[in-house]
Amino acid sequence: MASNTLVQSRLPNFVKGELRWFIPDVAAMTMRNVLRYRRSPDLLVFATIQPVIFVLLFTFVFGGAIQTVTDNYIDYLLPGILVQTSLFGATNTGFGLAQDITSGLVDRYRSLPMARSAVIAGRILADTLRNLFVITLMIGVGYALGFRFHTGIGYAIGVVATLALFSHAFSWISAFIGISLNDAETVQVAGFVWLFPLTFMSSAFVPVATMPDWLQVVAQVNPVTVTVDALRAMSLGFGEIWGNLWQTFAWAVGIIVVFASLAITRYRRLT
Amino acid sequence: MVDNMTKHYGKLRALDGVSLEIRRGTVLALLGPNGAGKTTLVRILAGLIRPDSGFGSVAGFDVVRNRTGLRNAIGLAGQFAAVDQLLTGRENLELVGRLYHLGRKVSRERASALLQRFDLSEAADRMVKTFSGGMRRRLDLAASLIANPRVLFLDEPTTGLDPASRKDLWDMIRSLVEDGTTVLLTTQYMEEADQLADDIVVLDRGQVIAQGSAAELKARIGGQFLSVRLNDRGALNQAAEALSSYVDETPHVDEASVEISVAITNGGRRLAGIIRDFDEAGIEISEIGIRQPTLDEVFLSLTGQTAESAASPNGTGEGV
Ligand SMILES: Nc1ncnc2c1ncn2[C@@H]1O[C@H](COP(=O)(O)OP(=O)(O)OP(=O)(O)O)[C@@H](O)[C@H]1O
Ligand SMILES: [Mg+2]
Repeated sequence: MASNTLVQSRLPNFVKGELRWFIPDVAAMTMRNVLRYRRSPDLLVFATIQPVIFVLLFTFVFGGAIQTVTDNYIDYLLPGILVQTSLFGATNTGFGLAQDITSGLVDRYRSLPMARSAVIAGRILADTLRNLFVITLMIGVGYALGFRFHTGIGYAIGVVATLALFSHAFSWISAFIGISLNDAETVQVAGFVWLFPLTFMSSAFVPVATMPDWLQVVAQVNPVTVTVDALRAMSLGFGEIWGNLWQTFAWAVGIIVVFASLAITRYRRLT
Repeated sequence: MVDNMTKHYGKLRALDGVSLEIRRGTVLALLGPNGAGKTTLVRILAGLIRPDSGFGSVAGFDVVRNRTGLRNAIGLAGQFAAVDQLLTGRENLELVGRLYHLGRKVSRERASALLQRFDLSEAADRMVKTFSGGMRRRLDLAASLIANPRVLFLDEPTTGLDPASRKDLWDMIRSLVEDGTTVLLTTQYMEEADQLADDIVVLDRGQVIAQGSAAELKARIGGQFLSVRLNDRGALNQAAEALSSYVDETPHVDEASVEISVAITNGGRRLAGIIRDFDEAGIEISEIGIRQPTLDEVFLSLTGQTAESAASPNGTGEGV
């Protein structure tokens, strides 16, 4: 207790406030954002229909043309689509934050004695929950089309948890972009600039081995590739699980550390 | 409280050496036209933006160095209502209460009480996107009050309210001040400043151009205004002539609206004489009254310029 007070008294007021109120404030902000998602079903419906259409299109259009390691293209495809959906879902974070800034809500939050980082963290947590919901739904659709976990329930949970971590990490990048550009429309357009290369220069839809050499180099280090490969290994039951999972984890932690500090610094310096 | 504050946006000086002081438990009105720097000053004092130079403290907290203390002591209702469209009125208030760390129970009670007080009880459980502009405004004000702040910042609080709601809000501000709250409000209406404020600071292009109690300021600018509208445009000059024995300044004659206005002291007492004189001279009056000066007239007497041309030096000068 005594040492605790000592440590606390040395910290700047800002940090003390952050520590003391971080959890309750994040909880309050998460609840707010989840309520908002529940009340704008158009957003949720849209966010689910789009990936479902993707699953259907890819399975039936490319299913015959693309040679993969699996007999069943959807077994190969679904992990890719899940990662892509998580990635696109993460862009909601920046969009939502930009909206809150332009509508003046962020001004109100910034005038309150709440933890600074809770506005962003609460948003990201809500977005992660929303992504989990969409992912579960898509796995359901995948099952109807013949997708199977060839491993076990433990691996299935591992897949969902990895996706949650992945979408969480990319939400921080999106948060940083949202706060920096602080205009919802620009954020949306900017999203496509980095999302499409990231998803298509990866193993998400086609095997990396079919790409030109220079592209293979890029694709191999792409966090989307390592994540998709980890998910495939976990759902198909062959391929390297730990090697890929370890890299996914490293990417996620690296992204969170860098972009969380960038985003929070930007947020504190908003004018 | 505020000393020599400046803030630039690029080359533009939004605040140019502003100093002022609010006495505890009083109302200070910042009066100024568009772009005067009112919002900029409020945002600095609420700890939202940093000044380029100068010092400010609110409730004893430095607005740059001790924002944590500051935020616990203040309530802010910005110029544009900051309420969540997809939450209900009640949810909005409870969320703000929780973020002030009042606890769930207290937040809930304060939210109900404020909804009642701001006449929003019936709409409380509807989503804010179904609210009218005035209802949103009132909800926003309620949110700023949820933690019983010691110092309250209201940026143009009555803009967009109908006359009845405006009067209600004035009463509410008066009762808050009676309970010891210090209020800084911005307004474009002299009448509002006069009704509420103990002190008035007139701001123009980032500078304080006048400062004092409402009475002092009114003494400087003539206090009341007489305005007369005639039926016959041709009689304007004759009427202005007839007024000269009652007023000190040269009356302002507006041909377009067939109106004459001029600062007047003891207007109420002199009104009868003026009406009689006009009657005898055969000048037909369409409307006559004593009123508070408009922001334009305040500026005219303080700077010799109208608010509009003061705000935009080379403006197009549409009818003032
Ligand atoms: N973020 C900003 N970037 C650039 N200029 C700004 C910014 N905010 C305000 N200004 C400028 O600073 C000046 C003062 O603006 P401010 O909003 O403080 O005026 P105001 O008195 O509140 O006006 P109004 O009555 O229109 O609300 C204006 O000329 C405005 O254009
Ligand atoms: Mg303003």
